[in-house]
Amino acid sequence: MSPFQIDFGNRESKIVGIDLGTTNSLVAVMELTGPRILSGIVPSVVSVTPSGEVIAGAEAREMLLTHPERTIYSVKRLMGRGPADVEEELELFPFRLAPSSDSILKLQLGERVMTPPEVSAHVLNKLKLDAEAALGVPITQAVITVPAYFNDGQRQATKDAGRIAGLEVLRLVNEPTAAALAYGLDKRKQGIIAVYDFGGGTFDISILRLHEGIFEVLATNGDTHLGGDDIDNLLLRIAFEDIQSEWGEDISTQTTGVQILRRAVIEAKEKLSFVPSSMIDFEFGGRHYQREITVDVFDKLIEPIIERTLGPCRACIADAGVRVEDIDEVVLVGGSTRIPLVRSGVEKLFRARPHTELNPDEVVALGAAVQAGILSGDIEDQLLLDVTPLSLGIETMGGLVSKLIHRNSTIPASATEQFTTAVDGQRNVLIHVVQGEREMVKDCRSLARFDLKDIAPMLAGLARIEVRFLIDANGILNVTARDVRTGKEQSIDVKPSYGLSDDQVEAMILESFDKAQDDLKERQVREARVEADAMLAAIEKARRDDAFFALSESERAAVDKAVNELLVVYHSQDYLLIRAKIDQLNEATLSLAENMMNTAVRGALKGTKIDA
Amino acid sequence: MRFYEALDLEPKLALDLDDLKRRFYERSRQWHPDRFSRASPEEQEKALEMTAVLNDAFRTLRDPFARASYFFKESGIDLPKEAPPDVLKEFFELNMELEELRGGDESVRPQVATAYERILEMRQTTDTALAGLFELYDRNEEMRPTLIATAGDLLNVRRYLSNYLRVAGKELNVPLPN
Repeated sequence: MSPFQIDFGNRESKIVGIDLGTTNSLVAVMELTGPRILSGIVPSVVSVTPSGEVIAGAEAREMLLTHPERTIYSVKRLMGRGPADVEEELELFPFRLAPSSDSILKLQLGERVMTPPEVSAHVLNKLKLDAEAALGVPITQAVITVPAYFNDGQRQATKDAGRIAGLEVLRLVNEPTAAALAYGLDKRKQGIIAVYDFGGGTFDISILRLHEGIFEVLATNGDTHLGGDDIDNLLLRIAFEDIQSEWGEDISTQTTGVQILRRAVIEAKEKLSFVPSSMIDFEFGGRHYQREITVDVFDKLIEPIIERTLGPCRACIADAGVRVEDIDEVVLVGGSTRIPLVRSGVEKLFRARPHTELNPDEVVALGAAVQAGILSGDIEDQLLLDVTPLSLGIETMGGLVSKLIHRNSTIPASATEQFTTAVDGQRNVLIHVVQGEREMVKDCRSLARFDLKDIAPMLAGLARIEVRFLIDANGILNVTARDVRTGKEQSIDVKPSYGLSDDQVEAMILESFDKAQDDLKERQVREARVEADAMLAAIEKARRDDAFFALSESERAAVDKAVNELLVVYHSQDYLLIRAKIDQLNEATLSLAENMMNTAVRGALKGTKIDA
Repeated sequence: MRFYEALDLEPKLALDLDDLKRRFYERSRQWHPDRFSRASPEEQEKALEMTAVLNDAFRTLRDPFARASYFFKESGIDLPKEAPPDVLKEFFELNMELEELRGGDESVRPQVATAYERILEMRQTTDTALAGLFELYDRNEEMRPTLIATAGDLLNVRRYLSNYLRVAGKELNVPLPN
């Protein structure tokens, strides 16, 4: 534990910063010396074991190969989306949908059905447990990062995930902004910086002005469905075709095969950032497929994807009201920025050498921890002023959008609008709120329908209801209404277009209270494994001891057998089973322990080591 | 006027932008919800409210067009809604040209680029004129009734200029200067 721990001791608990990524997630915390990553990378993968237990992280990623139909990855792509949105995703991602309503997706994992926020909650819970283990205090509050270009529904879904995981989400921070925080804090920079954030599943570009500790976002842009995943899919397609012609077999329909191939493709892709050519190396069902990919071929393949990131960059520069030459620095975030062609594309557009000092995989989590430090009051001289990425509007006559809050407005931001009735005696007014830049409602994203109800009956046009739309510091919309004539608060029913209702989230939390049992079980499994580790290590050491050779052959065989059996059950989720095998090993090594004790005692008595 | 109050300013048309920014940063440091995450729900609510208004105020007041529109509206003064006819006619032609470029006719690109430069210059001239008018308006109460019509014309012209710059700038791929 850090010696600075004491200085934070007077606080009830720590606020952690979490980078909830498409591919990987990380948790970090602010310390006196700066932000620090706690424990390792947690793959954003969740799996339901055949025994019905939900696991997340590295263990779950292994399940992708053995039980792909019970395992889900890249769930971030589904957050806050409806069934109609994800048809294109389903082509390349093995998401199995359960029958669901229009407003929320449901995923089938083995016999369990889960919504995307619940799946994410399991990843968050894993991070929470890791952080608790690393810090030795309970963690109940967090800052979670989201892509800057996430809409209201996607943000709400992320917040819901936190709640389900038992975390109070104090703030959602945009990922590029978080990166700027980590970077700016480190360097005490002034001036205008651009953050180019190309991750596993999303792309963001933000331009900020840094001024005396204030990080003011001038503009942001992006694409919530563009990332390293798309590059993997291009390579996968090539491999599918090759294998089809070489083996005469369609691998793309075999879930396990696809997962093994995906891993091979990713490995080849990652190598290409450092060497001029690499090999897709795939073994499946006793057959072997190999294909060399050169950087030239790779670059040609991914050029259209990189071009898709440059459009939002240009728009962002224009929206920020700056010229390219005003931008002092460019910061790179996300694993995909390791690709040399991405770097040269960025360099060409911004005419500045991109910064890569901080690990692009860690910088977002570090920034989230900085923001946690700002919220806890540990950091007083820094402040983040972020913007809303999309315009907010309401539906008017003829399916047109009337914009109330424009994109790139600093948040919190608000707008007030008066509504009235169109018919005598009308009791309700329905307000349809959308997000997007287009003029027609059908081209924008529906957020919610607000029903102003119980309006006192009167002549048409007489009612005066003032509705206030407020986007909070998380980028989430809050709506309140009041009757101007009476000054009384007007009741509203909210029907979110996509996502969970408050009651649904509540029910999921209750479920996770039951899950506390699972958490306990998980801890017991972990403890059992730690004990097994110690036991196995001790025996390995003892094998070199004279006492081991003093054992009879059958005794030695019994020890070996018990060791093997413990190894077999070591990875099971049943702690009782692991404990039983530990006990068995204990028993088998009793005479070994006795022998060792005796030799040690005799050695001590005689002052010499005794040969057997 | 609420937006001026939020930044502790007298309601005036002419504002010093550097001073405005300084006030905005100062009040942001004081009232931003990030400073209140361990405060009571009531205090948090107040911080959210203060900051929302502060942000809305800064956004409105830093832009001469939005500021003047807000100022006159709050003063109960109706401005003319349309730009002078000769300006409308000119923009009609410019917009036709721009539409052709948007429709894929690359031959008009040089003309649009030239027009863009000219309109950019016109906006700078308009802004200078507006700034002078704003100061005059603030200082001289008697002249106000006559200044209002001119202000309305200038603001409407500026709206056309800005719209053109926005759309043409996008087609020409040049950033929009503020």
